[in-house]
Amino acid sequence: MSTAVGTKGRQGGRRMPSAVARSAWTPYLFLLPALAVYGAFALFPLVRSAQYSLYDWSGLGPSEFVGLGNYADLAADPVFRTAIGNALVLIVFYAIIPLLIGLVLAAILRRGQVKGLGFFRTVIFLPQVIALVVVAVAWRAFYAPDGTLNTVLRGVGLDSLTRGWLGEPGTALVAIGFIGTWLEIGLVMLLLLAGMARIPNEQYEAARLDGAGPIREFFAVTLPAVRAEIATALVLTVIAALKTFDLIYMTTSGGPGDTTTVPSYEVYRRAFELKDVGSACAVAIVLTVIVFAINVVISRIGEKH
Amino acid sequence: MRVSKAEVTLNYVILTVFAVIALTPILTVLATVFQHRTGGGSASKGAADGGVLATGAGNLAEAWSSGGFGRYLLTSLLVAVVVLGVSLVLSIMTGYAFGTMRFRGSTALFYLFLLGLMIPAEAIVIPLFFDLRTLGLTDTLLAVAGPQIAQSVAFGTFWMRAQFRAMPPELIDAAAMDGATSWRTLTGVLVPASKQGIATLSVLVFMWTWNEFLIPLVMSPTGAFRTAPLALSIFKGQYTAETQLLAAAAVIIALPVVIVFIILQRYFIKGMLEGGVK
Repeated sequence: MSTAVGTKGRQGGRRMPSAVARSAWTPYLFLLPALAVYGAFALFPLVRSAQYSLYDWSGLGPSEFVGLGNYADLAADPVFRTAIGNALVLIVFYAIIPLLIGLVLAAILRRGQVKGLGFFRTVIFLPQVIALVVVAVAWRAFYAPDGTLNTVLRGVGLDSLTRGWLGEPGTALVAIGFIGTWLEIGLVMLLLLAGMARIPNEQYEAARLDGAGPIREFFAVTLPAVRAEIATALVLTVIAALKTFDLIYMTTSGGPGDTTTVPSYEVYRRAFELKDVGSACAVAIVLTVIVFAINVVISRIGEKH
Repeated sequence: MRVSKAEVTLNYVILTVFAVIALTPILTVLATVFQHRTGGGSASKGAADGGVLATGAGNLAEAWSSGGFGRYLLTSLLVAVVVLGVSLVLSIMTGYAFGTMRFRGSTALFYLFLLGLMIPAEAIVIPLFFDLRTLGLTDTLLAVAGPQIAQSVAFGTFWMRAQFRAMPPELIDAAAMDGATSWRTLTGVLVPASKQGIATLSVLVFMWTWNEFLIPLVMSPTGAFRTAPLALSIFKGQYTAETQLLAAAAVIIALPVVIVFIILQRYFIKGMLEGGVK
């Protein structure tokens, strides 16, 4: 890949960026408009976020410089610690479980012999397409005291298990977690299918000649080949778990109590409900650092061989 | 390539179970639209004696008018078209520079754009709101679309770079022989040759923008630029007891994207399977 770019550069003359770019400035001119928008609406606000996080400010009137005070407060803040803990639980439901299920589904579809591949692929991906606010409406109806889930439980005589799933501290977080699993299976499956499609058929034929069954074939051929896709899937789903804002806002508002609050919901709540902009920005910066760190770690694992 | 009959059966069972799981919540909402209204005081005219379809149509019409969704869908469309149009042009340009040109600082600049894939909206939306409020620019198209363009450009740069890198270098060399400028080469040769990748990117950006919630929620506090998902969240607060109306509103919001997806799904899924991870 990089060699292709290299030859292009050489053929365009010794110092020219490409065969058709005749000025050394050309590539920068192509980047300039995007850099301006990206800088103004992403990079600059991120820097401002870090700056705001050093102040005590209600959003109106004077602000007071407090250094790392907001971060120190977070370290001792039980609500913030709950939010981080909840995010970790959601990662299991958004990333780990969909990965395991997605691997099985993609492996089945890759092995072929299944008619209606396109149908299954489309239907299982469908949840990804629907706005999270709509997803929230659908699942609230599913979990409601007289909703689908409780109706089914009553129907099979498990009346003792029925409850308001999103309203009870013991079940609300797990109930939201399952929405995440439902959401992410399709995305993970599609990414893994993309990786598995690149495995040459000969590898499978060789494994089958050796008498490998579906399970051994999966561990010997399929799994090692989709390492990079597993890493991509994990990065995307872990970030989705950490960014669960719409769903929480629409289903539980972080409650009951603080049992379902997450860092991204805390950013919003602190800035606009508690009028503590400095603390909101401190949470935002911590969240960004966590996202960066997870990306770096997972990409490293994906690259290693 | 023989596979035992038992395995094939098991495969169908597993796939069917997950297809049913994926569809159940969606179909439940759809079915709710066609039920008689139960909650609330306002008796629904005509629904009592009409058939199932009449009930459904009545619920959709009632949700449409009482939620004012016509206006919000138009706002959503405007925001989506602006974000898609601008970010597409910008990322085709950046993808072209990063994918086909050699220049000083290209790696560092590319990583700077990649960073944008990791910056959560939560981290930029708060200072952006207060800074734009100081400038009197909240509740504008700029405030709602700007941050979404920035996020889409980060992804689009990554995506289009991969597309253009995969092009045979002879394409550009031939254009150079014909004396084409770098701009002509891009618009006349490379863009037509990467229609599939651009189409997939368009579907993704349209979907993300249509479904975005936090940015319009924060950036338009008076609701002047209220997009459809926000309107649904407000509708939910007002019609908690009217399950059927809420379901109808949810269907109205979800339908445009679902239609786009189903029409373009072959194209889109093929693009996803071939694109991106290169």
